[in-house]
This record gives sequence, structure tokens and C-alpha cells, in this order.
Amino acid sequence: MNYHSRKLLKLNLAPWRMATVGSLLLVGLGVVAARAFYLQGLNTAYLQGKGDAVSNRNLTLPAHRGQITDRNGQLLAISTPVESLWGRPDELSLSAEQHAQLARVLGVKPQALAKTLARKTRGEFSVRRPVTPEQAARITAMGAPGLHLRREFRRYYPAGEVAAHVVGFTNIDDLGQEGVERAYQDWLAGREGKRQILRDRRGNTIRDLAPIKTAQMGGNLTLALDLNIQYLAHRELAAAIAKNKAKGGSVVVLDAKTGEILALANQPIFNPNNRRNYKPGPMRNRAVIDTFEPGSTVKPFVAAAVLERGLYKSGSVIDTPETWRVGAKLVRDLHPHPQMTVSEIIQKSSNVGAVKLAMSLTPQQYWDVLHRSGFGELPGSGFPGETAGRLRNADTWKPVEHATMAYGYGLSVSLLQLTRAYMAFANDGEVMPLSFLKREPQEIMGERVFSPGVAREVRAMMETVTQEGGTGMRTRVPGYRVAGKTGTAHKLVDGRYAPDRYLSSFVGMAPASNPRLIIGVVIDEPSGGVYYGGSVAGPVFAQVMAASLRQLALPPDAPESATHITQHPLRTAGDA
Amino acid sequence: MSRLNVVLALMLVVCALAVIQSQHRARSYFVELERLKKEARVLDEQWGQLQLEQGTWANPARVDTLARTRLGLVPPPPERIHLETGTPAKPVSAP
Repeated sequence: MNYHSRKLLKLNLAPWRMATVGSLLLVGLGVVAARAFYLQGLNTAYLQGKGDAVSNRNLTLPAHRGQITDRNGQLLAISTPVESLWGRPDELSLSAEQHAQLARVLGVKPQALAKTLARKTRGEFSVRRPVTPEQAARITAMGAPGLHLRREFRRYYPAGEVAAHVVGFTNIDDLGQEGVERAYQDWLAGREGKRQILRDRRGNTIRDLAPIKTAQMGGNLTLALDLNIQYLAHRELAAAIAKNKAKGGSVVVLDAKTGEILALANQPIFNPNNRRNYKPGPMRNRAVIDTFEPGSTVKPFVAAAVLERGLYKSGSVIDTPETWRVGAKLVRDLHPHPQMTVSEIIQKSSNVGAVKLAMSLTPQQYWDVLHRSGFGELPGSGFPGETAGRLRNADTWKPVEHATMAYGYGLSVSLLQLTRAYMAFANDGEVMPLSFLKREPQEIMGERVFSPGVAREVRAMMETVTQEGGTGMRTRVPGYRVAGKTGTAHKLVDGRYAPDRYLSSFVGMAPASNPRLIIGVVIDEPSGGVYYGGSVAGPVFAQVMAASLRQLALPPDAPESATHITQHPLRTAGDA
Repeated sequence: MSRLNVVLALMLVVCALAVIQSQHRARSYFVELERLKKEARVLDEQWGQLQLEQGTWANPARVDTLARTRLGLVPPPPERIHLETGTPAKPVSAP
């Protein structure tokens, strides 16, 4: 058989046909390439999003921020999931009707909504963070393209403003901004996990494609704070500020045995649950960050310094004229007595007496006592922005400054620092390190500041302050012995002491026989007529102390002043 | 020889079916596990929300106001407080 000889099977192609077919194939290739380029290069974000929505194989495992509770487990801060509304600009197309409905659901004007949605950003933008569960349900029902809900964690503070200054708050991205939230950011923050999975048609997870990177939940924190005492401090401080028409104030409650901060309240306050209307002023934790000149509350340290060196005894009598000249400075007593014992100098808060005591020491000796007590040093609470106050080196003191420092001018402290320093008197000479976190009693080591004898003697002097003839008679707590010291200092305004602006303070402890609590109170610029520390800050101290002692169920140590006492053991109650 | 081949082929079929079976079971267990994990997460979130709710209700400021206004409670004046001195009865220790 010879195929070539058959006419029918002979290939007889015209060249133009070859060209046509070839070019058609080329065009086809071009179309495919163009399409591929369009999909791969120009429209990736959209398609990637679509693909993820169908079988999202890369999951992020959410991790929430740890809780913060008080020492009894009462909740102070918690993260809980909420929905927020996000938009994709390139997909967003709302009908006029949908637009109006969305505006209604979100409770905004349609024009305002249009402005929000018209944002030209690459990727996604948030429309509303967060939305309420009801809003979320209605938005889902609308099914508008380009709008979607996303789960996020939001921080809530159930105690609100009561504990706001200690707990602090986070910003919208869950980063601690103030307070404990900021100090322990690393511990509290959770770390998101990742996993790659395979999904079936129904959306079930079939198996993991890669090892799971587990999410690390944020650690929980238990604060030293006692919410009940904190609330009492907050309430009494607010009442005192209102009554005395003061600008602000702070209260610190310390556990004298452990150095734990049981309560710390400031005025003015802010609400950490409301992220709008943030002003820096009220957010400042004044008790830790602001300093003031302590005034007479520094006198017990003068007494301790002279007792410690054996220069005087608490019963030593000192001439205290009405005025006393040191260099160009005339020191004056408001309620002069010709002669006083060291104890009476503390009781009646005599400036002349305190100056004479301090001048019997060298500047270095006095500086040493103040320095040991923590003046000019960071109190070490770990609170962000805590201040060390100011205590200049002794070799720079002029004699006048040496004198004024005896009644608390020329140096500055924060309230937390001052209250911590009083721990030396409360705890038989030993100062425990401060802590905002609850701690076990066995894990703390104190720092010895005074000998037990000196500390007890000064404490006994401070007890007379609250007795008949003392400056702090309004600080008494029925049923308990109280020791403390009043302070009234002129405020430094533009480098000058303002004659009519004061800081009234009181730092005290109870039960004086074996102090368990130390409370420091400072009231800034009382302008309701009275300004003495004993009359302005004293009542706050007494109220908070009385309620806290009751809260902790501490046995009274001065029962005679208290109440009816049933003098029989409980077991034999039936015999009577 | 061919008998052995038949036996082996049968065994192979049985093994293949067993693999399919166990694969299927593994998948359904996995789905179940995922479901339970999700449930645990939801419950955890609910627990958080309940804690939050409890914290809000138990807010001292709220309790204070309610105790004063609705229940009419007041702090007792000192003369109405009786102090019991003496040791309280010791708790009975377990034998």
C-alpha cells in the first residue's frame, strides 16, 4: 500500500492557515497570562480574604489578659470578649437603605457614618469598637458586604473609680498605661497562639498541619489591696474633700507587719471604664507621684535621732521660748509654753522645741536618720513613676535649712514614702518593703532603722498627740489606742510659701500597743476655714482606722473608753 | 503459591479497611475534641462574664448605698457594742 499515492490523504496546507492557528493559540496564552496576572498581582488582597473565609487554615488562638483581684479575691480587672465592627474599603457597598439602618443601629447620624465609611485605607479599618451584643446581632442580620464583626477582648474594672489609681488601666490595644496594669504588663499580657489546620466541606477541623503554638493566657495578679478598706478610704477622703472644699488629697493604708499596701485612694478620681474624656490630672496617683513638704510630720524622726544618740530622754525638759532665732530666721510657736519635755514637743508640735532638738545634732547625723528612714530614696513599691522626693546632702545645708528641716520644710516626700517611714515606729524599728501585691508573711525581710527601744519610746510620744492636750485629739478611735503625728505645711507656690494655702496631713497607727495598721492622710488646700492637720486630715484617719480595725477584727487595746464589756469567758456564759 | 497470594491479598484488603476505619474514627474524635475545646472556651468566657457581673453587684459603693437606704442599716454607736473577753471555745479537732 502506498499512502502517498492516495490523493485524499495528502497533506496540503496553505501557509495562512498555519499562521491563523498559531496566532489564535498565542492570543489564548496571552489571555490566560493576563488573567493570571490580574488574579495574582492586582487582586490578591480580595481573593486572599475570600479564600481565608472559606477555609481559614491559619488560626490565631486568642489569649486574654490576666485578671486582677484584691487580697480576698474580689475582682478588680477582667478581660472579656466583645464584638467590634470592621470594614474592608474595597468591598464596601451599602445600599441607601442599609446605610440608614446601620446608622440607626449604631446610633449615629447617617452623614457621620458616611464620613467614617469613606475612609480610604489599605486593608481594614474599625468602624466601631466595641459594639454591644444586640448591635452585633442586628449587624449580622443585615449581611452587608464589606462589614464584618471581629472578637476582641475588652478590659472591665468592676470596682470602677474606687481602685482606679492603683489598678490603672489599659489602652484600646490592651497595653497597660497606668498603675499595676502598666507595672505588670509583661506578666498580665497573654500571648496569642497559632495553628494550621485542614478543614472539611462542613467547616470541621480535620487535623493539624503543623505543630500547635499554644496560646499563653495572661497571668492573674492578687493585689495586697483590700477592697473593703479601699472603699472606706475612698469614701471618707471624698467626704473630707467636699467638706473642706479642698483641691485634692490622698490616703494610704499600710499593713505595719508586712508592708503591704491595703488601700490607696486619691482625689480627684477618674472612671477607668470610660475611655473617653481622659484628662491626665485626675489619673495621677498623687500618693505615689506627687511630693510635698511634710511639715510637722517629720518631728518624730528628730525625736528618734536625739533619743538614739542619748542626747535627751523623752522626759528631758527643754526651754521653749515663743520665738527662737537661727541666723536670719525667726522660728515661732503658735501655742507657746515656756518649758516642754521632748514628749510634749511632739504632743504639742512645737517648732522651737523641734529646732532646738535638731540643732543638737550635726547636719550629717540628722541627715543620716532621715536617709535611713527612706527620705530622698525611692520607696520601692514598683509603681510606675514613683518618686524619691528630695533630701539634699548634709554638707550643702545652711544652718537655717538645718533648722527648718526640723519642722519639715526644705525636704519633700510622697505620702506613700512618709507612711512607709512611719513603719519604723509602728514595727519596733523595722521597715518592711512595700508591696502592691499580696504576699506570704514568711517571704519578707525587714530593714532595721531604729532600735526597738527608740521606736517604742517615740511611739509612746506620738500616742500623747491623740490624748488630752495634743494636736490630734480628733484622731481618736473608740476602743483603741492611737499614735500619730499631725502636720500642717504652707504650700510652696512659685518659690514662695503661700500664707493662706496649706497641706494638712496626719500619719498614725493603731492599735498603739502593737500597731497593725498605718494610715497616712494628706489634704491639699483645704479652704473651708479650718486647715490644721489634726482637724482636716485627722477625722479621715479616725474614720478609716475605726472601720479598718473593725474589718480586720482586731481586738481593742483600750477597752475602758469603748463600750460595755462582758467579763466572762464564752464557755462559762451559762453559769452566770 | 497462588493460595498464599490469595490469603495475602485478603489480608491486605482487611488491613486497608481497618486503616480507613481507624482514620475515620481518629477524625471524628478530633472533631469531637475540637467541639469540646470550643465549648470550654465559651464556658470560660461565660465564667468571666459572670464574675464581672458578680463584681459589679458586689461593688462596695453599691452595697453601702443599698444597706443605708433600702435596709436602713447604720454603724452601731459605741455604747451599743458589747465586747466579749475571754477565750472562745476551741474548735473540736477531728479524731
